Amino acid sequence: MKLKTILLAAGAVALAAPWAPAGDITGTITLKGTPPAEKVIAIYKDDANCKNLSAETPTTRFYVVGPKGELADVVVSVQGISGKSTGASAKPALLDQKNCLYVPQILAVQTGQKLVARNSDPVMHNVDLQPAKDSGNPQKNEAQLPGGADLTFSFPKPEMFLKIKCDVHLWMFAWVSVFDHPFFAVSAKDGTFKIANVPPGKYTLQAAHRKAGMLTREVEVKDGEPAKVDFTLEAK
Amino acid sequence: MSSPLTQSSNPRLSAFASLTALATLGLLAAGGLVTSHGAGMAVPDWPNTYGYNLFFFPFSQWVGGVFYEHTHRLLGALVGLLTSVLALWLWGASARPWMRRLGLVLLAAALGALVAWPRRWSDALVLGLAGAALFASSFAWPRCEPSARWLRRLGLAAFVGVVLQGVLGGLRVVLFQDQLGIFHATLAQLFFVLVCALALFTSRWWQNAASVPLSHEARRLPFLVTATTLLILAQLILGACMRHEHAGLAIPDFPLAYGKLWPPMDAASVALANQRRLETVALNPITSFQIGLQMAHRIVAALIVAAVGVCAWQTWRRLGSRSALGRLALVWLGLVLAQALLGAMTIWSDKAADIATAHLLGGALLLALGTFQCLLWFRTGQFGVRWQAKRDTALARAASDVHGRLRPSKAPSPLRSAGALQKTR
Repeated sequence: MKLKTILLAAGAVALAAPWAPAGDITGTITLKGTPPAEKVIAIYKDDANCKNLSAETPTTRFYVVGPKGELADVVVSVQGISGKSTGASAKPALLDQKNCLYVPQILAVQTGQKLVARNSDPVMHNVDLQPAKDSGNPQKNEAQLPGGADLTFSFPKPEMFLKIKCDVHLWMFAWVSVFDHPFFAVSAKDGTFKIANVPPGKYTLQAAHRKAGMLTREVEVKDGEPAKVDFTLEAK
Repeated sequence: MSSPLTQSSNPRLSAFASLTALATLGLLAAGGLVTSHGAGMAVPDWPNTYGYNLFFFPFSQWVGGVFYEHTHRLLGALVGLLTSVLALWLWGASARPWMRRLGLVLLAAALGALVAWPRRWSDALVLGLAGAALFASSFAWPRCEPSARWLRRLGLAAFVGVVLQGVLGGLRVVLFQDQLGIFHATLAQLFFVLVCALALFTSRWWQNAASVPLSHEARRLPFLVTATTLLILAQLILGACMRHEHAGLAIPDFPLAYGKLWPPMDAASVALANQRRLETVALNPITSFQIGLQMAHRIVAALIVAAVGVCAWQTWRRLGSRSALGRLALVWLGLVLAQALLGAMTIWSDKAADIATAHLLGGALLLALGTFQCLLWFRTGQFGVRWQAKRDTALARAASDVHGRLRPSKAPSPLRSAGALQKTR
């Protein structure tokens, strides 16, 4: 009888969970001002293996800006929430190595979530994780041969812009931001972002870009009502 | 065996020591290219290379950063080998039995490794080849007398140094410790100086150098040269700290710093500087500490240029242009000016790898030249006079022992000999 009651209660909770009160936060990031011209990665063409993978010499990708100033690769996150990470059960994030470049260059994961590094190139890479010294995240450096198995990493502690680099190809670097909750997003090429299923409440929303800096906005999330927050970052 | 009496020049040994010094300079250049290209972690494992034995890593995989790091490791192995031979050579014929025993031990270890880990046959092969080479070469080893005890000890120090250096470099990779890189870089410079000194000590010139008279005023000059050399060493350590921060140029302009005589170092200015620079290679963010380090490097550089200038001028004035020290001082001055230019070019070129490496080599050569001058001052100056007198005394005593004609008391005392030399001048 006792077991039956527990099972019924658990089932009720499981059914009720998807309908827990929550709202989405959406918005657009815009860049004000003219960003500095991206630099051509001249050493790309010096590499005998990589130079044939791409017809064009790649440039740095710090300011990915649309025609109306829409800014991509901005990490938007809800502040003041912790301990809500869904960890390893979250869908793994993918970091691909394609044409001797990291795709995407900016990404975000939860603590404990898997980050899968894939080598889609016919050349050897290494994945060198470089967390900040006191972050509590481990430093790792693993080789990945052409056609080699995916490498899987995870991070136990939150950290903004943890650097990942390839020491074989020195122009290859990416940043992953780690949060201990699922309420974050990376802005798309059209500058938009969406953070889904945020519990109702008042929050501080942070938008952080590698070069354009960081801004915060206050936001109130109400059940079933999308909250809209736009950010305008300035080119330094 | 251990007195200066047994110390005689050996042109082949000296040439080999010079070759080791040259190889070490090449190794320094390779190390400079590794850090200049940020390729220190391109080979994630050690002592293996991507799981291969160092000497069996496929050439087709020597690409990008791997090329620099792997070449550096191979050159390190070469310098290790040369240093081992040099250290053994200083022991002369007495090294033969040790070489045989060690060769047999290595051969036995190779067999053991092959049985225990057949999949690591390449390691066993390298070990076996080293053992066989050691054993075989013991039969054709030079039959020369062992060098003086202090020289043999220096040779041993060089051997310990090169082993320690290899281990430090490996630990830097597997422990992810940038700080170890600073020690690795500093030890590299000191090791280079030690090998250069060994080349000098085994040369005929060192044995036959004549003492130089010094006026009372000029006796301060060796101390000035020594202080300048120590300042150069401090500057090299500063440079190693900057290099192993892997942050690129903390100050992007020269002769000004961020357009000012003294750069802003507050948190907001540093954050802005980090945001404004667009890195084409992965660099750590710059910090106010690194800006301070680079300013210190610039100030010490100015002090060194001035100090070397004073040393060169004083040496010329006292000894003239024909003396070895006078010529060395002039080369030192030329090199320090070239080094200052290379430092500026490193900044103007946004730390181009080849220029930054040339700057590193310039530093190494400046330190070696400074050390050479210190040693020559020691050898030919007042200390050298005493050393010479001591040696003459020992020679006279040996002669008296052999012939039984001269009494030891009649041998010239070191001090009398030194005084006589001074008077003659």
